[in-house]
Amino acid sequence: MIGFIRKATIAGSIALLSLTLGGCEIGPKQTDQLGYRGTGMQQVNNPYRKIPAAVIPAKPYDLPADLGPLSSVSYKNVQVLGNVRTEEFNLLMAQMNQWIAPPEQGCNYCHNPENMASDEKYTKVVARRMLQMTQQINSRWSNHVKQTGVTCYTCHRGNVVPVNKWAVKEGAPNPGTITGNKFGQNTPDADVAYASLPNDPFATYFQGKTPIRVANNSRFPTPDHVVSTKDAEKTYGLMMHMSTGLGVNCTFCHNTDSFRSWPNSRPQRVTAYYGIRMVRDVNEGYINGLASVMPANRKGPLGDPYKVNCLTCHQGQNKPLGGVSMIGMAPALKGPVGPPAGMEPAPAVAAPAEDGAAAVPASTPVAPASTGPKKATPAH
Amino acid sequence: MAQYQNIFTQVQLRGPAEMGPELPRGSYPRIGNPGFNWLMGKLGNAQIGPIYLGGLGTASLLCGIIAFEIVGLNMFASVGWNPVQFVRQLFWLSLEPPGPEWGFRAMVPLDKGGWFIITGFFFSASVLLWWARTYLRARELGMGTHVSWAFLSAIWLMAVLGFIRPMMMGSWAEAVPYGIFPHLDWTAAFSIRYGNLFYNPFHCLSIVFLYGSTLLFAMHGATILAVGRYGGEREIEQITDRGTASERAALFWRWTMGFNATMESIHRWAWWFAVLTTLSGGIGILLTGTVVDNWYLWAMQHGYAPSYPTTGVVDPATLPGATP
Repeated sequence: MIGFIRKATIAGSIALLSLTLGGCEIGPKQTDQLGYRGTGMQQVNNPYRKIPAAVIPAKPYDLPADLGPLSSVSYKNVQVLGNVRTEEFNLLMAQMNQWIAPPEQGCNYCHNPENMASDEKYTKVVARRMLQMTQQINSRWSNHVKQTGVTCYTCHRGNVVPVNKWAVKEGAPNPGTITGNKFGQNTPDADVAYASLPNDPFATYFQGKTPIRVANNSRFPTPDHVVSTKDAEKTYGLMMHMSTGLGVNCTFCHNTDSFRSWPNSRPQRVTAYYGIRMVRDVNEGYINGLASVMPANRKGPLGDPYKVNCLTCHQGQNKPLGGVSMIGMAPALKGPVGPPAGMEPAPAVAAPAEDGAAAVPASTPVAPASTGPKKATPAH
Repeated sequence: MAQYQNIFTQVQLRGPAEMGPELPRGSYPRIGNPGFNWLMGKLGNAQIGPIYLGGLGTASLLCGIIAFEIVGLNMFASVGWNPVQFVRQLFWLSLEPPGPEWGFRAMVPLDKGGWFIITGFFFSASVLLWWARTYLRARELGMGTHVSWAFLSAIWLMAVLGFIRPMMMGSWAEAVPYGIFPHLDWTAAFSIRYGNLFYNPFHCLSIVFLYGSTLLFAMHGATILAVGRYGGEREIEQITDRGTASERAALFWRWTMGFNATMESIHRWAWWFAVLTTLSGGIGILLTGTVVDNWYLWAMQHGYAPSYPTTGVVDPATLPGATP
């Protein structure tokens, strides 16, 4: 009998351990300090699960010394890249071939070989809009993409449609009942890191202007800040996407003593702030407008075109492609320089918060980072 | 001689089952034919049953089963009545409270949170009926009612979370969902919404009493087991007629840390720590959103949150020309 009890205890312990530790990740961890000591601001990485360095495609060929006339002179129906020299234009076309088009179709994926100027293929219309989008990102969203910039390859990586994308999720089949209806949450969904949180943060926050912040700037309840805990759950879902999309912990940007406080946050949070606005601009200004052009297989279940989120470019890295800049290969994508987006003149200036977050007007959102990585600590 | 040094109880009684005194006229009968179980005897008393359910117990169980069934059937319905998905996704499934658009209305359509309100009614009824049962059973046995009042402290926290605070906030949406992961995610979202619950002093107190309870329980259990060889487990006798077990236990702690509880007071300590855990926790939850909306800022004001050197980061939304 004693033997039986012992066996039962051992079996029970193994079952309990596997149940409780089943979600844990086995293997060494590398912890890098990111913020002030004692705040737990650490980035935890598993060195065995590092994302391999991206393969950057080689430049198809080097530009000749003579770049030729403007492409608007050489070709017909050049609407976006008309002020680019012909040889640069040709190189970019070869690169788009290399980065996006299926090899068996090549130029013909977008062009009618009989009439290259024709817009009869929808892919060409979309590609033109995407060129404008890329130029917009590089020229006006430098507060997010900095000088690294983006090219078609940042998202496409050799695919005609980027692998990571989103469309508005199909709702419940019978919205008026509880049958088969989870009200957009309580589902193991990769978009929110398998939490039970509301799992379509993209439709809510990656188009339109829905406020993301949930904590009050005032200590006490104020009539102008009525935010439900349910809204906090939605924001939490979005943050889970950002965390998985960038392969970082919450503390990559935030000091968890106050997720809201900016003077306690890292400068990366500002980059992310502009990233969210950039994604909204891309989805609303460039992609949603293509709905009438795109065929059904480029749209989600509700008929809206597939759009971008953090994962589209980042793909699990806090810097897409590991921070490698490809813009030098395709200078035509830089686009005309304009005022930074997300900073359009507007009369409204938010009231200063109580902890002095906005007390000092600043011409630039970020002071030099004072709390860069200090040291790597071994896993405990 | 019996020893009490083991994790498992070494002594088991066998004999005619203890049936208890006659019940007053008009009572429901005690249910179940008592038996003895050796394994249960390792943990507690080997005699299983009879149980007295009575009117209150029956009503409580009925209400509890109704609440449990409503939650379970709502979860089952949410996966389209698919039994495999019900099991696979069980930890994610939930019965959610009505959205903020419904305020604190009593009548909400069933699929919009009405089921949640009905569940809350039956769940509360079940718990309160069970409370009355613990009170009456104690009275019938001529005991004090300490168990009931401790239980009421836990009910207080439940009521604050699911009813009193939502009522004061004027929104059912503030209530906790009925679900395994969903109630955990709710807890984290709640803390983030209200500026970090760890800076809520009543939350701090609650944690102190919670962890303190486990510490006291470990200290007391260990002490009594350790003096079991001197009859220390006969704690009640030791209160009035202090024997060597009590003397040694007291000396152990006095010599270890300069201070010791007594055979009687240690139980008061344990009772108060347990009761204050949920009592202070409930106060902390009740103040959140009603009196204080951002605990971090509140704690900064009172010099009680640490302040770190600024990173120099400025909220970009406060810069001139920022778009929302």
